[in-house]
Amino acid sequence: MPNRIQPAFPEHDTQAFWDGAKAGELRYQTCDACSGVVFTPRSHCTECGSTKLTTRVSKGAGTVYTYSVVRQNRSPAFADLGAYAVAYIDLDEGFRMLSGITGVSDPTKEVKIGMRVQVEFEPQDSGDIPIPVFRPA
Amino acid sequence: MATQERAAAIVGIHEWPKRLDPGVSALQIKAQSIGRALEDAGLAWKDVDGIYDAGDGEGGGGLGLAPYLGLKPRVIDTTSVGGTSYEFHAAHAMRDIAAGRVNVAVLSYGSKAASQRIPIGTGGPRSGGTWQTNMESPYGVTLIANYAMVAHRHMHEYGTTSEQLAEISTATRAHAMRNPDAVQGMKDLSFADIREITVADVLDSRVIADPLHLLECCMVSDGGGAVIIASKDVVKGTKKKPVWLLGSGEATAYKTNNNDITSSAAVQSAPQAFGQAGVTPAEIDIAMIYDSFTITVAVMLEDLGFCKKGEVGDYISGGRLRWDTPGGPALNTDGGGLSSNHPGMRGIFLLLESARQLRGESTSQVAGAKLAVAHGNGGLLGATHAGGTIIMAAD
Ligand SMILES: [Zn+2]
Repeated sequence: MPNRIQPAFPEHDTQAFWDGAKAGELRYQTCDACSGVVFTPRSHCTECGSTKLTTRVSKGAGTVYTYSVVRQNRSPAFADLGAYAVAYIDLDEGFRMLSGITGVSDPTKEVKIGMRVQVEFEPQDSGDIPIPVFRPA
Repeated sequence: MATQERAAAIVGIHEWPKRLDPGVSALQIKAQSIGRALEDAGLAWKDVDGIYDAGDGEGGGGLGLAPYLGLKPRVIDTTSVGGTSYEFHAAHAMRDIAAGRVNVAVLSYGSKAASQRIPIGTGGPRSGGTWQTNMESPYGVTLIANYAMVAHRHMHEYGTTSEQLAEISTATRAHAMRNPDAVQGMKDLSFADIREITVADVLDSRVIADPLHLLECCMVSDGGGAVIIASKDVVKGTKKKPVWLLGSGEATAYKTNNNDITSSAAVQSAPQAFGQAGVTPAEIDIAMIYDSFTITVAVMLEDLGFCKKGEVGDYISGGRLRWDTPGGPALNTDGGGLSSNHPGMRGIFLLLESARQLRGESTSQVAGAKLAVAHGNGGLLGATHAGGTIIMAAD
């Protein structure tokens, strides 16, 4: 299993997001006051400052906005992975998320800007929180 | 031509010559550089009444540095916004001098990044639980990968190529080869092949994070320096030609749910600085732009207004950025972070080389250089970053 770095707690903004990951849900927030989409998670709306937010579950479908393939990372959690893709994913509900791309044999050739991807929750050796990553849809 | 009142000027400079220096501390680099810069200006230690510090070195910050230096400044500014902290400091010194609160401001930097083997670009993500790291650390996004994602999107939207970006590496290396301190630094840091490089050399170097190659990445060195900024009354008694500060701009930019990743904080800071100075990009002779990576310079040339968004690939072709190409601007004539020095926060070197050019002291001196822009980047291009712009003029 992968050995990605686990989120660390207590951390008040991101707790609910990672509780969602454990439940197999990709969670995001919308603002009750201005309908803005809030991501990454916070306790206030970044458009209007309102604290009346609703947590929602994304369908997990999105598009690669941009990406890179990391060839060198000295961190022990990633040193043995070989080349791996990181990306910003534009989810269909209107939020942009940093993540990784899996399910490709050669990320240097198979990942493209604009490609459609779907979230999956990847179990980890490093802890009990599965990490949401994306694979080609 | 510049319309801004000339109220504050760089009057003293010093750049730490060594790029690998295990025998000193970062604070010693700062203190000794301040002494040399004051000497360069013809000012005395106790003339300093403003300290601007990014908190670098061993226990820095205004509270740490003042007692270490043995000074009691009237203004302490510990603004710390990464590599562009020094452009912010210059901006704040301009304001404080204009307000009559400071007469002699000192900015300093010291770092042991090379001798302490700090893996700045390829180090792992920071651990710990913050609202940002909890959403980033699981994915292994290295510092370089943030910039690489900007480069990919720029290529996707505008057809920019690695060949075009490589022009930035070849120009800065050409400048470095004319700078004896940069050449010695590359020797001390055990660079394999110390010579001018070609576009093919850049493309043949290994990929670190697609699409960025090794020769598109800045080095990791030791280093530091100091800048003395003084009021116009103090300028009258200094030794060298003053380098006037005409305009400043400060901004931050960060990821949102729909931001254009190919635009940087310079979109906000540059118009403020150029507007205050009464100067246009077309008038600029010297462009000192934070070259952490080639893409950093490419994006900022556009955002500073040298060319339109998306057109930088064509703009920089044909050697335009070289010191001896007429029509300028000349880019990073000291050799830049790509080929001279990068101890982690390069912003002070942008001010130092701007001052050398506007005094006529550069090793790649542009004949008759009158106007320079220094634009720094702190944090991560494509993610959370700060941009500071300073416009300077020769006396
Ligand atoms: Zn709102």
